[in-house]
Amino acid sequence: MSTVNPPVVFTQDELGWVSWIDPLPETELTERHFAGLVDRARAKSEYFRLLVRDPEVLEARTRTDKDIFYNVADGLPRAERELAAAATSRYNGCIYCASVHARFASTYSKRRDDVQRLLDEGIKADLGERWNAVVKASVALAATPIAFGPDNIEELRRAGLDDAEIVDVINGASFFNWANRLMLSLGEPSK
Amino acid sequence: MGTLDIIDTLAGIEPGSVLDAIRARRPQARENAQKSYLSLFDPTDSSEFSLSERAAVAAFVTGLHGESPVAAFYREKLATSADGAPLLEAIKGEIARGRTSGPYGAYPAGPLSIENKAGLIYRVSAERKPVLGARLVAALEHAHLLVFHPRDAASADMKALLTAGWSPTGIVTFSQLVAFLSFQVRVVSGLRTLAAAYAQEVAS
Repeated sequence: MSTVNPPVVFTQDELGWVSWIDPLPETELTERHFAGLVDRARAKSEYFRLLVRDPEVLEARTRTDKDIFYNVADGLPRAERELAAAATSRYNGCIYCASVHARFASTYSKRRDDVQRLLDEGIKADLGERWNAVVKASVALAATPIAFGPDNIEELRRAGLDDAEIVDVINGASFFNWANRLMLSLGEPSK
Repeated sequence: MGTLDIIDTLAGIEPGSVLDAIRARRPQARENAQKSYLSLFDPTDSSEFSLSERAAVAAFVTGLHGESPVAAFYREKLATSADGAPLLEAIKGEIARGRTSGPYGAYPAGPLSIENKAGLIYRVSAERKPVLGARLVAALEHAHLLVFHPRDAASADMKALLTAGWSPTGIVTFSQLVAFLSFQVRVVSGLRTLAAAYAQEVAS
C-alpha cells in the first residue's frame, strides 16, 4: 500500500487516487474486462481496475460519460460542460473530481483564474452571468432534495443557452453526481 | 429512436416531442444510460448483489430524494421483485427516518474545515434490523452516506460492508447502483423541469 498524502484544498494540480479495496490486478484482466474499460490504457488506472470488477456497468457508464462530455458536434461548449462538472464536484466536496474537471475547464475556456476562484471561493464566486447560471443550475441539481427549478431554466436562457445546451448542463451536472460518489467512497486522493 | 427508454418513461418524454429530439442528439449517452440501468437491474450475474437487494436499495435511495415518479417506480420494482415484497414496509419506514438535506460532511483537516457541515448520521432502526438482515442494514447505512454526505466516506466504511458479507465486487456494483441512481433521478428531474417550462409557454 502506497503512502497517502491527502490534499486539504481544492486544486487544479494533478492528483493521484488510492483505492480502499482491491482493484483487479492487471495480469488478471480478460477480454471481458478490456471491453468494460473501453480504452485499454485505462488498465493502468487503479480506479478503473477497481470499477472493472463489474465490466458491463463500467462500459455503459464510460460510454455515457464520453458522449455527455466529448460529443461537441453541437450544444454546449466543452468548457461549460467541464464547468458544470467542476461546480458539482466543488459543491459535493470531491477534491479529486474537481481537480480533473477544473483543469479541463481552464484548458477549454482559457479562464484559469476564474476557474481557480470557483475552487478557492466556492460556488458563490462571481464568474459572470453565463458561468454563474451554469454553476447555480449545477448546484441546484446536486442538492438533495433536488432544488433545480423553473428559475434555473429561466436564468440559463437569459444567459444565452438554448434548450439543447440546457440539456447538456443537466446531463453534465447529473453525471457528476454519479462520478463524485464513486470517487469519494471507494478511495481517496493523494498528492 | 422512437422507443421509450427508462429516462423517457420516468420524465414523461413523448416520442416526437422537442425533448425527444434534443435527447436524440446524444445517442450514445441515451443508449448507454439505458444500458447502465439494464446492467444494474437486469444483470447477467447477480450472485454478489441479489435482485431483491438491488430493488430494496433503489427504493431507499430514490425515496430519500423525496416523492417522485422515480421513487414510485423503484418502490413498485421492490414490491414486485421475488423476495422483495416483505421488505417494502421496512424500506418505507427507513426512508421516513433517513430523509434530510444534503450535501453535508467534513473535509480533511485544514483550510476547508470552515466549510464542514454537520448532519444526520443515519443508522437503521433496531426494530427493522431482523427483517432487513445484516447485508441490507449495512447497505442502507452506506447508501445514506453516499446520498447525503459522500465526502464523509472513509476506508472504515468499506470494512463495515466487507464485515456484513459484501464482496469487493459486490461493493463495486452496489456503489455503482447508488451513484447511478443519483444521476438518473437528477436527469429525470431536470428534463421534467424543462418540459414543464415548455408547457407553460404553450399555455401562456
